[in-house]
Amino acid sequence: MAVKTLTIDGTLLSAREEQTVLQAARDAGIAIPTLCQLDGLSTVGACRMCLVDIEGTGRLLPACTTRVAEGMVIHTKTERLQSYRRMIVELLFAERNHICAVCVANGACELQDLAIEVGMDHVRFDYLHPECSVDISHKRFGLDHNRCVLCTRCVRACDEVEGAHTWDVAGRGTAARVITDMAQPWGTSETCTSCGKCVQACPTGALFIKGMTVAESRKDRSEIGFLVTAREKKQWVV
Amino acid sequence: MDLNELIELAEKEILGRKPLRIRICTAAGCLSSGAKAVKQAMDAAVQAAGLGEQMEVSEVGCMRLCCEGPLVAVDPENTLYQRVSGDQAASIVASLNGGGPPSATKGDFSQPFFTRQKAIVLENSGLVEPERIESYLAVGGYQALYKCLRELTPAHVVEEITASGLRGRGGAGYPTGVKWGMVAKMPAERKFVVCNADEGDPGAFMDRSVLESDPHRVLEGMAIAAYAIGASQGYIYVRGEYPLAIRRLETGIRQAKRLGLLGSQIFESSFDFKIDLRIGAGAFVCGEETALIHSIEGQRGVPRPRPPYPAESGLWGCPTLINNVETFANVPAIIREGASWFASIGTEKSKGTKVFALAGKIKNTGLVEVPMGTSLREIVETIGGGAPDGGTIKAVQTGGPSGGCIPASLLDTPVDYESLARLGSIMGSGGMIVMDQTTDMVDVAKFFMEFCMDESCGKCIPCRAGTVQLHRLLSKIGSGQGTSHDLATLESLCEMVKHASLCGLGQSAPNPVLSTLAYFREEYVARLRDHAEGNGRASAAQSAAL
Repeated sequence: MAVKTLTIDGTLLSAREEQTVLQAARDAGIAIPTLCQLDGLSTVGACRMCLVDIEGTGRLLPACTTRVAEGMVIHTKTERLQSYRRMIVELLFAERNHICAVCVANGACELQDLAIEVGMDHVRFDYLHPECSVDISHKRFGLDHNRCVLCTRCVRACDEVEGAHTWDVAGRGTAARVITDMAQPWGTSETCTSCGKCVQACPTGALFIKGMTVAESRKDRSEIGFLVTAREKKQWVV
Repeated sequence: MDLNELIELAEKEILGRKPLRIRICTAAGCLSSGAKAVKQAMDAAVQAAGLGEQMEVSEVGCMRLCCEGPLVAVDPENTLYQRVSGDQAASIVASLNGGGPPSATKGDFSQPFFTRQKAIVLENSGLVEPERIESYLAVGGYQALYKCLRELTPAHVVEEITASGLRGRGGAGYPTGVKWGMVAKMPAERKFVVCNADEGDPGAFMDRSVLESDPHRVLEGMAIAAYAIGASQGYIYVRGEYPLAIRRLETGIRQAKRLGLLGSQIFESSFDFKIDLRIGAGAFVCGEETALIHSIEGQRGVPRPRPPYPAESGLWGCPTLINNVETFANVPAIIREGASWFASIGTEKSKGTKVFALAGKIKNTGLVEVPMGTSLREIVETIGGGAPDGGTIKAVQTGGPSGGCIPASLLDTPVDYESLARLGSIMGSGGMIVMDQTTDMVDVAKFFMEFCMDESCGKCIPCRAGTVQLHRLLSKIGSGQGTSHDLATLESLCEMVKHASLCGLGQSAPNPVLSTLAYFREEYVARLRDHAEGNGRASAAQSAAL
C-alpha cells in the first residue's frame, strides 16, 4: 500500500493512494461541504459542492471523485469556491419549494445546514415555484418532490446497498424527477422491499417516514376528557 | 477478398459506366426540396427517349450548395443544374441528346463557392453513390484499409495519424494520433471503437452530410482505427433524427460485410472488426462522450466526471476510442496520401481541412470544406457570398450552443482551434451561423441558453438549475425589465456555471452569453430599465463602468 503526501489548505498531510481528496481532507479534520456524497455509496460528483482548486490542473475538480496524488497542492476554501458554493445552494433553494418551517426535516436537513454553512442570507435568483407532486401511496414512507435536490442518494442506496433498484431518475434538466419502478406510485412498486434505506439516505425531507410531517401531527385532545371520565365515573368510554 | 479482387471490382464498376451520367443529389437537403421526384422523372425521361444504353441516372450525395437544391450534375461535362424540378427532367435529357438548351437553371461550378473549397472529407461527396459499395470501391475505397492490414503494423498506423497532425473534429481538437496511441497502449483484451455521430448543434449538418453521402469512408476510417488500437467491435452512435444516414449506414455495413471488408478475417488477415449502430433518442447531452458511453450501455444518458477518460475506461469499463464522424472520414485519405501531405495543409497547429455547415443570413447556404487557417471573411464573404438582400454581416456564430459570436470586425481571424478559442468561441463540430444587422444579440444568447436549458440532463446543479436562471435573466433583460443588478447577476452566474458544471454541455453553456457580452455589450446595456429611464438608480459612474 503506497502513501502519498499532499498539501490541503496549507497543511502537509499523508493519505493512502486509493483515497480521494475528500477522504484525505476529512481524515485530517479539514471539512469540505458535500451533498450528493454519502459514505457507503458510490460517488457521482454531481452536486459540485465539494469542488476544490488543485494547483496545476487549470480547472476545479470534485474532491469526492478525485484521487490523491503525490505533491498535490489543494485549496478548498478560496473566495471563488465559497462564492460558487453559495450560488449552488441558492440555485437549489430557488429550484423547488423548500419551506423549512413546515418541513419534516427542519433542523435535521443537510440542505439547511449547507445554507447556514455557506452564509446564505437571501436568494438572488427567481424562485421557480414548480408544481411538484407528493406520493404517499407507500404504506410506511412518503415522497415529496418539493424538497428533492436530485442528489440521487436514494437511487444509489437502493441499487448498491439494498440491491432492489426501485429508484431511478426520469426526465431531464430541471424537470428531472426521482421515480419508483416505471414512474408509478411508490405504493404499487413491485421491487420496493420497504427497507427504508432510501429514506435514511435522503439529505432533505423529500423522503420521510409517514406520521412525521407537520400536516400529520394531529393531537388527540379527546384523551384528556377520556381520562377524567374514567377517573371520576369509572367509565372507560372511548 | 484480396487487393486484386478489390481492384477488379473497382475496374468493373468504372468500365460499366455509361458515356453520360446524370448525378442527382439525394442527401437530406435536396431530398426535402424534391430530389426524389426529379430522380423518378429523370429515369422516365431517359427511358422514354430510349437512351438507357448511353445514359445512367445515379443517386449521389451532397453537392454542397444546399440552398439551390435539388442539384443535378451531368458528366462528363460536369454541368450543374440547380433548383431542378421533375418537369425539367425531360428537357435536360433532351439537351444531352442533341436537343436545344434545357429549361432548367444552370449552376456554375467555377464560382468561388466551389473553387475556393478544398475537399478531403468531402472528396467523394456528390460523386459516389452512397448506397452502392462498388461506387466507393471505384474511387479506391477500402484500399487504405488494405494498406494498413497488409503493409503497416498497428504502431505504424498510429504513428502516421500522429504525424499527420489530425485533431479531433468533434470540437475540442484533441490530437487524434495521441488518443489512438493511448488506447493502443492499454493492455486490455477488449477494446472498442466508437464513432460519435450524435451531431446536435442547431444549424450543424456536416456529419449528417458525410454519412449520407459517403458512409463507407467513415466505416473504413473506423476499421483502420480498430486495427491500430486492437479493437474488434465498433459502434456508431447516430442520432435518431437522421433516418437517411442510419439507412445508408445499415446498407453500407451490410455491403461491406458481404465483401469481407468488415466482419471476420478482413482481407484474409487475422483482423476481425464488426460495426453495430446505436440510435440516439434525442438527447443532445449524449454527444458528450461519457454520456454517449452510458447510452450505448443501455443506461440513462448522463455524463460522469473525467478522469478516467474513455481511453482508459470507457464502454463496460474497457479502453474505448471515441472520435467524431469527420475525424474518421479524414483517416482513409491520410493513409492513402501520407501524413506529410496532410500536414502540409492548414496551419502550424491545425492541420488539414474543416467542414462547416454554413447557414443563417448568408447567400450560399450549404457545406463548405476549407483548409484550416482560412479566414472567416473568406468563408462568409467569398465562399458564402455575404449576407443576402443587401444586408451587412454583423456576427458569425461558430460552435453551436457551446460556441460564441464573433463580430464582423474580427472576420479576418483565421479559422483554427486556437484562434477561435482566443475570441471566446470554439471551432466546435462545424456549425457556422451568419447573422446580419437585423439580428438581436440578446435574443441570440437567449436562444442558445434555452437550448442548453432544455438539453441539460439534470445531473449537476450548476447546469440544471443555473441554465434555467440564466435563461430567466436573459428573458428579463431582453424584454426591457432587467436592471444593472440583473446584468451583474447574469455575469457572475455565467462564471460559476462555466467553471463548476460537470460536463462540456454546462461548462460551455454560458459561452454565447459571454461572447455577446464581450462584443455587443451595448445591446444588453441599452435594454436595462435603469439605463433607459435614467432614474438615478444607475449613477453616471455605474453607467460608465458598464
